Amino acid sequence: MTRNMKRAGFALCGAVVVALGALVWLQLAGPDGSDPLNLTDTLGQGDYALTTTDGGAFTSDNLKGGATAVFFGFTHCPEVCPTTLGDVSMWQEALATDGQALNVYFVTVDPERDTVDTLRDYVSWVPGVTGVSGTPEQVKAAEAAFRIYARQVPLDGGGYTMDHSASVLLFDDQGRFFEPIGYQEGTDRALAKIRRMIAS
Amino acid sequence: MKLTTLTLAAALTLCAAAQAQTADGTMMHGNVDHGAIDHAGAATYTLGDLTIAGTFTRATLPNSPVAGGFLTVTNAGTVDDTLIGASSSIAGDTQIHEMAMQGDVMKMRELPAGLPIPAGESVTLQPGGFHLMFMDLNQPLVEGEAVTVTLTFETAGEIDVVLPVGATAAKMAH
Repeated sequence: MTRNMKRAGFALCGAVVVALGALVWLQLAGPDGSDPLNLTDTLGQGDYALTTTDGGAFTSDNLKGGATAVFFGFTHCPEVCPTTLGDVSMWQEALATDGQALNVYFVTVDPERDTVDTLRDYVSWVPGVTGVSGTPEQVKAAEAAFRIYARQVPLDGGGYTMDHSASVLLFDDQGRFFEPIGYQEGTDRALAKIRRMIAS
Repeated sequence: MKLTTLTLAAALTLCAAAQAQTADGTMMHGNVDHGAIDHAGAATYTLGDLTIAGTFTRATLPNSPVAGGFLTVTNAGTVDDTLIGASSSIAGDTQIHEMAMQGDVMKMRELPAGLPIPAGESVTLQPGGFHLMFMDLNQPLVEGEAVTVTLTFETAGEIDVVLPVGATAAKMAH
């Protein structure tokens, strides 16, 4: 099999995954913005128990009690994860000036390499961000609960990287899913969503 | 709930806010330019028909062993060229990658055949697209420092370029 054929295969698989993903999202969301599968009350719910960098547990209970944002990433991530953490630090700065707060959880999709100790330093520079890791089984359970796509992709020369959903998921103080913030959606739009949620 | 907003419609906002790099990543190894980075990103390099400009990389987060390298290559000649390799003493392995958002999923792939630089065109390696991928970093990259990278082109040959280290969320060379 030539490299070109392999790449074509990759592209085809990717296209199928995207098509399936789009189909799932469409079904979940409904073309008219309705919520037939009741994502509001089900996203983030479920039976998972991970460990936070504060030493506590991370379960669906962590979504309650305040405005919360959850996103999934990994420390061997060259771009999306640092960029998103950079965005989060700008949100936190803006919210803090209004006396508002957002609890942010960074959940690893790469528990093989990201221990709680590794994550602690990684998230330490952004205020209000807590790292979350756990056993591969528990991470899988959390990915399922949050409907997160994550997959290991081998790299030439050894090692692997991760494909993963890059959206930040917002939850209100009742722990109900509010809206996602897309990758690099823009600080103003993201802040508007967060503020709309806090006011709701 | 508008999940359609999940699409790629990500306007590149200029987030100039420098993200403080709190790790005490003291540079101790060789081949790192400790000189002042005074608009070094504006430096351009010429190699045959190729011009390389807008070079930069970004400060790494604590415990992150990877980083991306970014630059623009312009081919003023009449012959297509290809960026076939890159190496740097800062990393155990440097690869040429393509990143793409498919829906809300971030995907990253190595370009095993390299990155074509067609005659008469400019190709930009930038956050969100093509990039040099530094893996197994020997040390954290610290804002204000710089790293040297050797680029290898199929036709034009090799050249060393300096990439100033910008803020963690830098979107372009300063």
